[in-house]
Amino acid sequence: MTDYKMHLLICGGTGCKASESDVIKERLIQLIEDLNLDEEVQVVSTGCFGFCEKGPIVKVLPDNTFYTQVTPHDVLEIVEEHVVKGRPVKRLLYTDPKTEKHVSDSKGMEFYKKQIRIALKNCGFINPENIEEYIARDGYQALGKCLTELSRDEVIKEIKDSGLRGRGGGGFPTGLKWEITKNVENDQKYVVCNADEGDPGAFMDRSILEGDPHAVLEAMAICGYCIGADTGLVYIRAEYPLAIQRLKVAIKQAEEYGLIGNDIMGTGFNFRVELRYGAGAFVCGEETALIHSMEGLRGEPTFKPPFPSVSGYMGKPTNVNNVETFANVPVIINKGAKWFSSIGTEKSKGTKVFALAGKINNVGLIEVPMGTTLREVIYDIGGGIKGGKEFKSVQTGGPSGGCLTKKHLDIPIDYDNLIAAGSMMGSGGMIVMDEDDCMVSIAKFYLDFTLEESCGKCTPCRVGNKRLHEILDKITDGKGEMEDIEKLKELSVVIKDTALCGLGQTSPNPVLSTIANFEDEYLAHVQAGKCPAGQCKSLLRYDILEDLCTGCTLCFRNCPVGAITGERRQPHYIDQSLCIKCGACYEKCKFNAITLT
Amino acid sequence: MTKIKSLADLRKLKDEVQSKIKLRENSDNPDHVVQIKVGMATCGIASGAKETMNSFIEELEQEAIDAVVSQTGCMGFCYAEPTVEVTLPNKEPVLFGHVHKEKVREIIDVYIKRGELIDGIIPINFKTIDD
Repeated sequence: MTDYKMHLLICGGTGCKASESDVIKERLIQLIEDLNLDEEVQVVSTGCFGFCEKGPIVKVLPDNTFYTQVTPHDVLEIVEEHVVKGRPVKRLLYTDPKTEKHVSDSKGMEFYKKQIRIALKNCGFINPENIEEYIARDGYQALGKCLTELSRDEVIKEIKDSGLRGRGGGGFPTGLKWEITKNVENDQKYVVCNADEGDPGAFMDRSILEGDPHAVLEAMAICGYCIGADTGLVYIRAEYPLAIQRLKVAIKQAEEYGLIGNDIMGTGFNFRVELRYGAGAFVCGEETALIHSMEGLRGEPTFKPPFPSVSGYMGKPTNVNNVETFANVPVIINKGAKWFSSIGTEKSKGTKVFALAGKINNVGLIEVPMGTTLREVIYDIGGGIKGGKEFKSVQTGGPSGGCLTKKHLDIPIDYDNLIAAGSMMGSGGMIVMDEDDCMVSIAKFYLDFTLEESCGKCTPCRVGNKRLHEILDKITDGKGEMEDIEKLKELSVVIKDTALCGLGQTSPNPVLSTIANFEDEYLAHVQAGKCPAGQCKSLLRYDILEDLCTGCTLCFRNCPVGAITGERRQPHYIDQSLCIKCGACYEKCKFNAITLT
Repeated sequence: MTKIKSLADLRKLKDEVQSKIKLRENSDNPDHVVQIKVGMATCGIASGAKETMNSFIEELEQEAIDAVVSQTGCMGFCYAEPTVEVTLPNKEPVLFGHVHKEKVREIIDVYIKRGELIDGIIPINFKTIDD
């Protein structure tokens, strides 16, 4: 084994690379070789540290010194002082903004770690198919504590005090929901776990079920104890085969260990869990539609009230919670409501899991405390926008949510702030868009989805969304008129006010929020007949500049539809009636003779 | 498996499995056991984590390296799947991204056998409630 005494880790994330981390690495290697220390010190580049704001980052092991904003000029000092003499370079150390002191040892001081994993605590840590690993991490202790030491009301009080709100998007206080269901008298009640994760680009619930299925089972049993239910049902889409398999294994193991089933831990409490499969309809994430689907009926929503807490599955009181909500419950019981409510903002406690997707460098699954800003999520944890492009918007809340823009980057993310900003928390999908994305097309994309997924029961949703889509189609086709924008707004409001369920009531949100935040783009499409992002093909026009064209015939030869004509060594021309705006000529031209307007 | 009949039973089992895991970490020859966790959620498997896990098992067997290879859920670094966490005896866990067949070889040759780090390791940038 090579016995390196020291490792220098240089962040090779995209953000740090943009500020010359490559140069820093080369200089470090060079200097260390010059000093003949290359047998003792190893220089390595790493993935993103998740602290791009203060990049480039250099970390020294084994002493865990964490240098921020290092430039190539600092390299000599780091080597001479730290590597050779063992004295950290103070001026490059991270300065704690609260104490204004230099922090030298990053170990134990998690100042740069913007993520706290509560719902994901076991994800990627334990083997999800081995109950013993879960038990070793305090698994089923919370259930044991509830059954033997706490009364039903005490558990509900703990959940209420923790401030936990529904993570499926609605944000309804979980403890209150449990209490309402508990207070309805009935001989049979049900606990339902909503694992019908349908937002495009969202995979939080799937990851939890695949990485930590027992946490959900444990929480369902706790809920069952509180509300007085002996049966739990997980409604999960058949499109999640691995999650289903892991859940099945988990249920079987928990039954074998007597942690689910009859007379759990000798307390006389019975609780069994069954799976119900969904066929992947988006509307079945809505709780009344979900319940109908479980009953074997069409997955259509019905009017609330009555709420499922009063009359749900088979007409019995039913408590429906989302996967991530459940995953928080055992931790709250184990660590206490006070601990949980110390994390987050005034009205949104704890953390939220987000699935980061789109034009972002570090696509991934993250969990941050409520109140973290979009800027921290996108630029630090997410590592910024792909290809160094400009950030334009982030879509939260899926087809029911809205688009946030640059001006929202510094608002702390929580349920209420996102609604105030014209979007919503939703289940946690975050799709990042850059300057190349056309916001009218984005609104159309989400409506495409809603159109497909509308169950067709009520007219505003079935017909109204179709009309909205037609108008957007007209605009992206360059045939829009000014009154169309007004029509969009008016129709959206009518749909929101009159649709039967959450799907229809929120489906116009992407349209309204893109109009509110990017009206100039709509106007550019309608008034100037241009798509600023260059996405709407009908609005693009390729032309050849006569004085720059050398007649090399490269464009002529690459045009797939024969729209380009011209003699060799003579300027060529594009026949606009034949052009399909594929851009092949534009990419091939070596003389910048083709313009795109 | 005998059923757990009380909270005390559960606590006893917890202690047992904790020491079992500890024992596995330390095993008979604490200087040799290498622990490898492969992220095997849908995302990881889609990017080839099954092949990665099999390569580890085969290669480590051939090299006669004492190791425990296990699966785990999503580690969250989707941009770098398949992801693998390697814990050498008495060392902090190190996370590797984009681990395909060739990288498995490199991890075994360079990190596990020689203790040298490899470019592209992923710094763990989150804390859990146990920290």
